[in-house]
Amino acid sequence: MSDAATALFTHLPILLIVWPLGWGVLLLLGAARSSDHPPGSDHPETSLRRERWLSLSGAAITLLGASLLSWDAAHGAIRVYTLGDWPAPFGIALVSDRLSALFLLLTALVASSALVFAIGSWDHRGRAFHPLFHIQWAGLNGAFLTGDIFNLFVFFEVLLIASYALLTHGLGAARLRVAFGYVVVNLTASALFLLGLALLYGAYGSLNLADLAHRTAALEPQPLFLARVAAALLLVVFALKAAAAPLYLWLPAAYSAASPPVAALFAVMTKVGIYAIIRVHWAVWGGEWGVLGSAAFGLLLPTAIVTGLLGVAGALAARTLSRQIAFLTVASVGTSLIGVALATPKGIAAALFYLVQSTVTVALLFLVVALIAAQRGEIGDAIQPAPALRDPVALGLVMLLAAASAIGIPPLPGFLGKLYLLEASLDHPGQSAVWLTLIAVGALTLIALARAGVTIFWHTHPKRITVWPSGDSRVLMQPVVALVVVVAAMTLWAEPLYRFTYAAAVQAADQTAYARVVLEQAHGYAPWTRPYDGTLPQTEPREAP
Amino acid sequence: MLTLVIVLPLLLGTAACAWAGARLGRRATAALAAAVAALALGALLTQAAPIWAGGAVAEAAQWVPSLGLNWQLRADALSLFFATLILAIGLLVITYASYYLGPTDPPGKFYATLMLFMAAMLGIVLADNLLLLVVFWELTSLASFLLVGYWSEQSPARRGARQALIVTGVGGVVLAAGALLLGEIGGTHQISALVAHGKAIQNHPLFPWALVMVLFGALTKSAQFPFHFWLPDAMAAPTPVSAYLHSATMVKAGLFLLLRLHPLFAGSALFETVALPVGLATLTLGAVVAIFKHDLKGLLAYSTISHLGLIMTMIGLGTVEGVVVAVLHIFNHALFKAALFMSAGIVDHETGSRDLRHVNGMMRYLPWSGLFAIIAAAAMAGIPFFNGFLSKELFFTATLTAPHPLVPILATVAAAASVAYSFRFIHDTFFNGEPGPLPNPHPHEPAWGMRAPVALLAFLCLLFGVMPWLAEPLITRVAAAAAGAPVPELHLALWHHPGLHVAMSAVALAGGGIAYALLMTNRFLHRLDIDRLFGRRAGRWLFAALVARMVRTAAWITRRTETGSLTMIVALVWVSALALVHFTVPWPQTASTPAAPQPTFSTLLVAFPLWLLVAFSAGALLFWHAHRTVAVLLTGVIGLVSAVAFALLSAPDLAMTQIAVEVVSTVMLFLALSFLPKRTPAIPFQRRLVHAAIAVAAGVTVGVLAWWLLVTPRESISWYFLAEALPGGGGRNVVNVILVDFRGYDTFGEITVLGVAALGAWALFFGTSRAQHCTRQTSQWLEPHPHLLRVATTVMLPAALLLSVYLFLRGHNQPGGGFIAGLVTAAALLLVSLAHGFAAANQWVRAQDGWRFARTVGAGIAIAAATGAAAWAFGRPFLTSAHGHPQLPLLGELPLASAALFDLGVYVTVVGATLLLLTPLAAARRNDRETKENGR
Repeated sequence: MSDAATALFTHLPILLIVWPLGWGVLLLLGAARSSDHPPGSDHPETSLRRERWLSLSGAAITLLGASLLSWDAAHGAIRVYTLGDWPAPFGIALVSDRLSALFLLLTALVASSALVFAIGSWDHRGRAFHPLFHIQWAGLNGAFLTGDIFNLFVFFEVLLIASYALLTHGLGAARLRVAFGYVVVNLTASALFLLGLALLYGAYGSLNLADLAHRTAALEPQPLFLARVAAALLLVVFALKAAAAPLYLWLPAAYSAASPPVAALFAVMTKVGIYAIIRVHWAVWGGEWGVLGSAAFGLLLPTAIVTGLLGVAGALAARTLSRQIAFLTVASVGTSLIGVALATPKGIAAALFYLVQSTVTVALLFLVVALIAAQRGEIGDAIQPAPALRDPVALGLVMLLAAASAIGIPPLPGFLGKLYLLEASLDHPGQSAVWLTLIAVGALTLIALARAGVTIFWHTHPKRITVWPSGDSRVLMQPVVALVVVVAAMTLWAEPLYRFTYAAAVQAADQTAYARVVLEQAHGYAPWTRPYDGTLPQTEPREAP
Repeated sequence: MLTLVIVLPLLLGTAACAWAGARLGRRATAALAAAVAALALGALLTQAAPIWAGGAVAEAAQWVPSLGLNWQLRADALSLFFATLILAIGLLVITYASYYLGPTDPPGKFYATLMLFMAAMLGIVLADNLLLLVVFWELTSLASFLLVGYWSEQSPARRGARQALIVTGVGGVVLAAGALLLGEIGGTHQISALVAHGKAIQNHPLFPWALVMVLFGALTKSAQFPFHFWLPDAMAAPTPVSAYLHSATMVKAGLFLLLRLHPLFAGSALFETVALPVGLATLTLGAVVAIFKHDLKGLLAYSTISHLGLIMTMIGLGTVEGVVVAVLHIFNHALFKAALFMSAGIVDHETGSRDLRHVNGMMRYLPWSGLFAIIAAAAMAGIPFFNGFLSKELFFTATLTAPHPLVPILATVAAAASVAYSFRFIHDTFFNGEPGPLPNPHPHEPAWGMRAPVALLAFLCLLFGVMPWLAEPLITRVAAAAAGAPVPELHLALWHHPGLHVAMSAVALAGGGIAYALLMTNRFLHRLDIDRLFGRRAGRWLFAALVARMVRTAAWITRRTETGSLTMIVALVWVSALALVHFTVPWPQTASTPAAPQPTFSTLLVAFPLWLLVAFSAGALLFWHAHRTVAVLLTGVIGLVSAVAFALLSAPDLAMTQIAVEVVSTVMLFLALSFLPKRTPAIPFQRRLVHAAIAVAAGVTVGVLAWWLLVTPRESISWYFLAEALPGGGGRNVVNVILVDFRGYDTFGEITVLGVAALGAWALFFGTSRAQHCTRQTSQWLEPHPHLLRVATTVMLPAALLLSVYLFLRGHNQPGGGFIAGLVTAAALLLVSLAHGFAAANQWVRAQDGWRFARTVGAGIAIAAATGAAAWAFGRPFLTSAHGHPQLPLLGELPLASAALFDLGVYVTVVGATLLLLTPLAAARRNDRETKENGR
C-alpha cells in the first residue's frame, strides 16, 4: 500500500466524522452566503441546485469512506485512532472494527438514499436541511466509531440534536407536537446517561471502553456495585434509544409524523441503541452472566419479546401506513433484540443480520409509503379505499417486496434473518418462547400488511385525483430502486453478509484482543489509575509532540 | 438443466410476459408463455431417461450454507411426475386462458404471474433442500394471492386473495420454522439425505414439534379441515387459475411435501393420529357440502377439498399401499378436475353465470363441451371405465386396512356424496329443463382453443379408465420414489377380485344416485341455502371474526399503551431505571469509607447556609412550580449555589461557567416564557401523588447513589492530566487543557451540539406558521428599555468584551477559556439587546433574520475543525496540539498553543449560537409591530 493510501486508512475513522460534519458546516456557510440578498432577488433555484449538488457529492464521499472502512475492517484488523495523539485510556480513542464498520456502511446506504429522496421534493420545505442532515450523519458515525463511553454520550447528543431539528423539518402542527415530546424524552434519557457516566467514572476512574472491559473482573465490591448501577441505568437509556418496550412509546408518533426522508434516516437511529447495548453491555460487560454479573441484562429477552408483540399489535391496529411502518420498526427492534438477548456470538450475528436488513426494509417502506401517499391526494396514507394510484405496478411491486421482507417471506433477507435467529436460539432456555414469538410476529405482520396492501392497492374508486408534486418525480424513484437493489443483494449474498456479522460478533466478544490493541500505547504508564491525593504527580518528562 | 427448468419461467417467462402484455396483446403473450413452458418441459424431459430407469438427477450450488439453505435440486420419479404435471397442465391452461380472458383483462399481469407461479411450483417439486422448498412454497402463496386478486376491483376477489394469502402464508411461516427444526434435528437440510435416516429423527425429543409445524404448513396449503375455507373463496380467481392452482397443482403442494417426507413421518403415531382424521374429516365434509353448493365453481371447490382429503387420508395411513393410492389419485384428480374447471369456465364464459339454479339445459347449446364435462364428471364420480374409478376402488381397499371401522364407513359416505354432486354438476348444468334468466341468453360453443384442452383431458380420463395398466409403470415408480422403498406389485385392472370394496362401490353409486334424486325432487335442492344453514359457524366467518378480534385486541392494547401522554413516557423512563437499579443490582450492606479529613467549623459555616438555601429553593419549587417565572428564578438560585459550591471546592473554571450559563439561560428562559401563559395547567391531586412518589423515589435514589459515589475509594486516570497538562498540553490550567486538548474531541462534539441546537430552534421558528401565531402576543421584555440601562450597557459592553478577551487569553494557564469568554460576550450582547430592544439590536448587527449568526456558528465549528485537521499536515492524528514558548524581543516569553485556536472556535460558536437563538425573538417583535401596523 502506498504512503498516501496508508495515511488515508489511518485517518479514515476520524475522516468519517469530520468529513460529514465539516461538509454540513460548509453547506451552512454556503446557504448563509447565498441568502445574503433578500429572498427573491437572487436566483433561489440556482442556489438550491448548487446546494443539492454539493450535498450529494459530500454524501457520495462519506458513502465511499464507509465502504472503504468496511472493506478494511473485513480483513479483521482493529484500527485505533488516538485523538490528539493522547494514548488511550487517557485520551479519546476511536476504534473501528467489523461491528462499527457494519453500522457505518448501513448508515451510509440508508442516509444516501434518504438524501436523494429529500432532494426529490422535501429539502426546501424548511431551513438548513442539508447541513443538519450531514451533521446528523456525522453524529451517527461518531457514535459507532468511538471507543470512549463519554464520547459516546457526546455523539448521542450530536445525532439527537440534529434529529430534533430534522424531525421538525417540513413543519406542520403534528411534527411540532411530537418533536416536543421527542426532545423531552430524549433529554430525560440524556440525564440518566450522564448519571450513569458519573457512576462509571467513580467505579473505574476511566471511561475508555477497552479499559472498562479489561478492569471489570478486578473491581472491588463497592466500585462493582456502582458499575452495576451504571450498567442498569445505561441499559434503560439504550433501550429507550432502541425503542424497546415499555420505552418505545415515543417512537410511533415521532416517526410517522416525520417527513419521509427523515423517517427513513431515523430507521438507523433506533439501531444506535441496539449497537450500544451490543457494544457496551454485551461486548464490554459480557451480557447477563459476564464479568459484571449484571442481572439487568437478563430482562432483555422478555423485553425483546414484548417489544416485538406490542410493535406488531400497533401495526395491526394502525390506520395509516406510516404509523404501521413506525410500529413495524418497533417490532423489528424487538426481533433484533431477541438475538442480542441470546448473548452468544451466533445470537449477536443473527441480530446484526436481522437488524441490517430490517433497517433497509423499513427505510424503503417509509420512502415508498411517501410516494403512495402523494398519489392518493387528500386521503394520503390512510388505510382506506381511495382513487387508484397513478403508478400502481411499480409501487405495488416495491411495496410487495418490502412488505414480504418485513413479514419474513422467503427468500428475502427478513426471512433469512429470522431463520438465523431461530437457529441461534436452539438450546437456549428461552427457545420455545423465541420460536413462538417469531412465528407470531411474522404471522401478525402478514395479516396487518395483507389488510393494508389489499385496501391501498386494490380497493380503489374509479375517481381521478391530482397527484401531489412529491409523488411525481423520477428522482424520488431512484433511492427506492437503490434500496430495492440492496435488498436483492442481501438476498443473493446473504452468506457473505452473515459471515461478516458473525465475524463482527466474534471480534467484538474478544475483549482481550480489543483491549490489547486499544491500550497498546499506554503500557508505559501502568497502573493507569492511581489514587488522587491532590499533589502533582511526578513522571518522567516526555517529548513534546 | 433442472435449474433451467425453474429459471426459464421464473426470469424469462415473467419478464417476457410482462413486456409483451402491454405491447403485443393477449394471443402473443400467451404464445410466449406457452413457448417458455414448452421449453421448460423439453428441458425437463431430457432428464427423464435416467429417472425412469430408477435413478435421480441432482444439481447443487451453494447459497446460504451457514443456514443450510442451498440451491439443491433433485429429480426422481416423484419430482418428475409432479413437474411434468405442472408443465403439461400449465400449457393447457395457458392455451385455454388466451381465449378465456376478456379484452379488458391485462394479459401481461396474468401471464407473468402465472409464469411466476409455475416456476415456484416447479421449485417446490424439484427442490432437494427443505429450506429451498419453503422459499418456493411461499412464492406460490404470493403468486396465488396475486392471481386470485387478479380482478382486484371485485370485492370477493380481494377478500378471497387476502384470506388465501393469510392462511397459506401463515402456514408457510410455520412450515419454515418446522423445516428449520427438522433440518437441525437431522443435521442436514438436504431432503434426500434427511429421508435416508428417517427413524433416527423420529426418536429425537424435538421431532413432534417439527412434525406438527410441517403438518400445519401442509394442511393449510392443501386446504384440509379446519383450514379448508380459503379454497372456495379463492374461486374468485379467473377460472384458468382455479383449474391450475386451486385444483391441479398448488393445493397438492401440501400432499407432495408429505409424500416427499413420507419415510420421515411414516410409522410416527403422532403423524397418523393427525393426518388420518383430518383427511377423513376433509373428505367427508367437502363431499357433503359440495352437493349443496349452487355455484358451479363452489361445487367444484368443495369437491376438490374432498378429494384432497381423500389423498390425505391415504397418506395418513402411513403405509406403502396408501402412498400408491395417493399418487394414483393425484394423477387422476389432476386430469378430471382440471377438465371440470375448464368446463365450468366455458359455461361461465358463455352464459355469464355460474349459478346451477339458472344454468340449465346447456347440452343443447354446448354439445361438445357437455360431452367432455360428462366424461370428466363420470371420472369424478368413480364410474367404471373412467380413471377415477380405479383410484376409488384402491382407496376402498386401503381403507379396509385402516385401524378403525369408521374409516371405510365414512369413505363410502363420501363416495356416495361425490356421486351425488357429480350427478348434480352434469344434471343441473346440461339438462334439468330450460335455462333460467342468464346475463348472456345466447350461449354457443366457444373457440376450439378453449375446448381442445378439455377434450384432451377428457380423452385421457377415458384412456386411463379403459386401459388402466398404462399407468402402472408410472405409478409404481413414483410411489417407490415417495415411499423410499420398493412397492408391492401393482395390478391396475378394470375388474379386481371381488371383495368388500366392490360392495362399497356399489353402495356409493346407488346411494349417491338415490340421494340426488331425492334431494332434487321438486327442485328442493335449489331452495336450500347451505350458507345460511351454516351461518356464522362457517370457517370463513369464524376466520373473519378471528382476524377482526385480533385487530380489535391490537387496537385496544395500542390505545391503552400509546396514550400520547408525555408525562407517562417520562414516568416510565424513571420507573424503569428505578426498578432496574433496585431490583437487579444487589446493594452492598456496608460501606468501606476512606479516611477523609473531618470538616472544620469554618467550612461548615459556609456550607450549611448554602445547603439551607438549596433546600429552601427546592422546597419552594414544590409550591410555586406552577408559576413559571418563579420556578425559573428558583432554579436559577440552585444553579448559583452550585456555582458557589464549585468555587469553594477549588473548581473556579466550573464556577465561572456555571454562573455564565445560569445568567444567559435564565434571561433566555424569561424571554421565551414571556410568550407563554404565566402558569402551568393544574394537575389532578391523585396524579400528583403518583408523580410525587416517582419523584421522591428518584430523588432519594440519586442522592443515595451520590453518597455511595463519594464514599467509594477512588482511583482514576486524572493523575495523568495533572502530570501532562504542562509538558504535553502546554498549559497550566488543567481543566482548560482537558477541554481543548486531552478531550478536545468531546468539546468539538459539544460545540456542534450547541450550534445545532441554536440552528434547529432558528430553523423551526422561521419556517413555522406558529411564529406568526405566537408573535401576536406582545412581550414587554422585547421593548426598548429605559435610557439609564441603555447608557449603562453602552459603558458595559466594551468592558465585557475586554473581559472576554482577557478570559480567553489567560484560559490555557489560568481559570478562563473560550467557552467562558464566549458566554460573557453573549451575556453582554444579550443585555445590549434588552436595553435597546431586540429588533434594533439585530438591525444594528445586521443579523438578516439570523443568517449572519448561522454563519458565525458554522465558522466557529469550522475553526475548531480546521485546527484539528491541521495536525494531519504534520502526520499527527486529528486535534494533536502543538505549543511553544518563543522568546520575543520586548515582550519576553510568549506562551503559544494551537489549542488556543481551537478555543477560538469554541468562543465563536458559543457567541454565534447565543445570538442565533435570540434572532427569533427579534423577528417576533418585528412581526408583532407589522401586525399592528397592518391592523391599522
